Amino acid sequence: MSEWETVIGLEVHCELATKTKLFCGCRNAFGDEPNVNICPNCIGLPGSLPVLNEQAVELAMRIGAALHCDIRPSVFARKNYFYPDQAKDYQISQYDLPLNVAGWLDLPDGFRVGVTRAHMEEDTGKLTHIGASGRINAAQHALVDYNRSGVPLVEIVSEPDMRTSAQARAYASELRGILVATGASDGRMEEGSMRVDANVSVRPAGSQEFGTRCEIKNLNSFSSLGRAIDYEVARQIALLEGGGVVDQETRHWNESAGRTEALRSKEEANDYRYFPEPDLVPLAPDAPWRDRVRASLGPMPADRRATLVTALGGDPSAAEIDQINAVVDLGLDALVNAASDAGAPASLALVRAANEVAAQSEAGLRLDPGAFASLLTMEASGKLSATQSKAVLAALLERGGGDPAVVAKEMGFEAMSADSLMAVIDEVVATNPDEWTRFLDGEDKLMGFFTSKVMEATAKKANGKDVAAELRRRRG
Amino acid sequence: MTTATAASVAAAVRSGTRSARDVTDEALAAVAAEDDRFHTFLDVMSDEAKAQADAVDALVANGHDPGPLAGVPVALKDNLCTRGFATTCGSRILEGWRPPYDATVVDALRRAGAVALGKTNMDEFAMGSSTENSAFGPTRNPRCIEKVPGGSSGGSAAAVAAGFAPLGLGSDTGGSIRQPAALCGVVGMKPTYGRVSRYGLVAFASSLDQIGPFATTVEDAALLYDVIAGHDPMDSTSLPSTPEPTLSGIGDGVERIRIGLCRDLVDGCASDVASRVLEAADALATAGAKVEEVSVPEFSYGLSAYYLIAPAEASSNLARYDGVRYGLRVDGDDVEAMNTATRTAGFGAEVKRRVMLGTYALSAGYYDAYYAQAQRVRTLVMRAFDRAYESYDVLLGATAPTTAFDLGAKVDDPMAMYMNDVCTIPSNLSGHPAISVPFGTGEDGLPVGVQVLAPALGEALMFRVARAVEVLAQ
Repeated sequence: MSEWETVIGLEVHCELATKTKLFCGCRNAFGDEPNVNICPNCIGLPGSLPVLNEQAVELAMRIGAALHCDIRPSVFARKNYFYPDQAKDYQISQYDLPLNVAGWLDLPDGFRVGVTRAHMEEDTGKLTHIGASGRINAAQHALVDYNRSGVPLVEIVSEPDMRTSAQARAYASELRGILVATGASDGRMEEGSMRVDANVSVRPAGSQEFGTRCEIKNLNSFSSLGRAIDYEVARQIALLEGGGVVDQETRHWNESAGRTEALRSKEEANDYRYFPEPDLVPLAPDAPWRDRVRASLGPMPADRRATLVTALGGDPSAAEIDQINAVVDLGLDALVNAASDAGAPASLALVRAANEVAAQSEAGLRLDPGAFASLLTMEASGKLSATQSKAVLAALLERGGGDPAVVAKEMGFEAMSADSLMAVIDEVVATNPDEWTRFLDGEDKLMGFFTSKVMEATAKKANGKDVAAELRRRRG
Repeated sequence: MTTATAASVAAAVRSGTRSARDVTDEALAAVAAEDDRFHTFLDVMSDEAKAQADAVDALVANGHDPGPLAGVPVALKDNLCTRGFATTCGSRILEGWRPPYDATVVDALRRAGAVALGKTNMDEFAMGSSTENSAFGPTRNPRCIEKVPGGSSGGSAAAVAAGFAPLGLGSDTGGSIRQPAALCGVVGMKPTYGRVSRYGLVAFASSLDQIGPFATTVEDAALLYDVIAGHDPMDSTSLPSTPEPTLSGIGDGVERIRIGLCRDLVDGCASDVASRVLEAADALATAGAKVEEVSVPEFSYGLSAYYLIAPAEASSNLARYDGVRYGLRVDGDDVEAMNTATRTAGFGAEVKRRVMLGTYALSAGYYDAYYAQAQRVRTLVMRAFDRAYESYDVLLGATAPTTAFDLGAKVDDPMAMYMNDVCTIPSNLSGHPAISVPFGTGEDGLPVGVQVLAPALGEALMFRVARAVEVLAQ
């Protein structure tokens, strides 16, 4: 039995977060009533003409710049095919002269994946099939919603550089982070604003030639992407080892059955009859525009992870690396940096952001960094216990803001003065003389007993750490 | 038949000596009385025209200027979208479809005070040179009822020739304004590509289509051109610059203008047509122009290139008539069967022929040999024009190879029909302006058109030379 090598390339469609559509002034929005955001263009009425949306070009250039692409003069082309959700029965796309070419993306582990191209195109409408299921000849019809027709897309095509499903998942995840960081997209796979297709083939290890590939569609999550590739690789290897051949075809990932299924073969594939779109002029962003776009790019996820690593002192633990990835992925790193800059311990800010804040990421993104910083400073200086700090944080997230000192006071978490804490401890020691003697004799588990007595006596206002420290000091 | 020019009608309406409503009523009455013979209109916009005329009169009554085309009736080719009013392109597949918007040129007409009289007959989707390819029956030539008016804008050309309206709008993809103008004995002009907005023009071949005027005089054609020319943000191929007004210098004559008499646009024509063109050239020389013969052999490749590029674009532009969203739908067992049944029933033979031709030309394995090669030829033709315009200000030639031919004479011979466009196609390929001006008659007594071709944005000089030809013809 020979060894097999997997070859994977990904095609990612990303809906651009523009106000309006690619070629008309209709609203670009998800989830509205069907066919409300449409005009003569969106339904391909005779006589309508496309007018290019400059904001879409800007966002597409931002993606190109973030992926280290060469941003070049480009030409829109018509991709001709009949489908009821395709209003003009052709899609305006870019073909032999795309806007962005020859870039790359580095995975978090440093593995570099080539980006062949990132071109602009318009989205189609959406079909909903209605009819009695299971009966082939049953009366059926389909409803078409053209709200999505003409929504701007960028299709990002990778080189076939990936060798494992884990790399493919990492690529998709990193790309999603980049798309969000550029402001080009919200990256929501569940709403279809990011859609991933995988080209998968296998070949004998060491071979220089590619095997026959299959394109897998309907991958609605990173997890589906990984599972589908693993399934497909196993299917292709089994076929080849059984003496069969892989047919070049498009396959559909059936999520519930956990398998890929043939959708259409190469022979059935359309001849798209591409030709330059005569209703548009070539798109050639000039050098000042390209420079402006490149200069206006903020830090990408990789840069942001590096910033957090530096804030942590440069040698993060495995757990911290996971926290860093999660925090950057959710866009909560600004919060951590702000807290760290304001003097709070970076590691504390990271762990809180990756856990308590991340659990409510929507509210977390609205959290005032100043409040977060001062809360963590209070905790670090012993004014609040960890438990108290978490409770205040929860309140801040729930209320959508507030001064942590005020909130702590409201919740009765006022820090005790050292004098009154001493008095309480004196009292507890005096009322439990036997236990105290045993504690002084070395019965360590009584530490918990005394601590909880003190906490009880102070209605949990005392800081547990301070209490323990004082008890230890008295034991000597 | 009225003989009043647009300029005189507008002057009368603006000065209050004649009401726009009176002009419109008279035009509507003439169409009602006489158009049975010619079938120039597919649909007359009676109510809309009267309302527009009344609005113009109200402006005049209130001391406002309704614009340069005040009260002038205009015949619109039926591939120009008119809000709420049927726009069929001469095809069953769009029968009953009412656009929810006006073409930019229709808006411009209204703002200039013109009155849209109705929608005129045309070859289906502008594919044809005789208006016999209309799904709603042919138009007849008002100069001779047995003859075709040319096409594809035959309805607008014939409506102006019949005197129903002083002005008409057509579209010219390979000669569809100039050839019917020549055959009907009126003036017809194709502007520089991008000078007039295509927004609301139902596309045939997007890189070649251009809207332009019909008129009985060169001055009227310039008047209408000045109204419709200009930048439109709704058309990405619309030129951003402000057009040079053409009317002001139109009577300046041709002294010292360098005119190239283009042998390639004369030699293949019928001898009576060729004779008129040579006479026009002689007359222009007598009037002070510097006239020389010039040969541009690349023009001979134009026809073949055109009949690949135009069908290729058309095959894509016409894909949308699939029965899904608007227009005709013929049901089938599934979507594909419905698409096929709809197109089978909705498109005529010539449209089907060109859609198949264009689909083939764009197909994998044929693209380079056909479509891409045709585009290279197009570049060749443009360069040939550029060389010619180094020596000449304008070129002169015939518009159509013959005078109007009999109805039915060429319907079964597509190649013979296509040959009608041989003299007009080069300007479409290059995107340059060109105009046809009546100049005498052929042996059959039917009008001959002389064509004046100019470089890109050379409309002002082109109109000036055309005006001289018009004067010399009298």
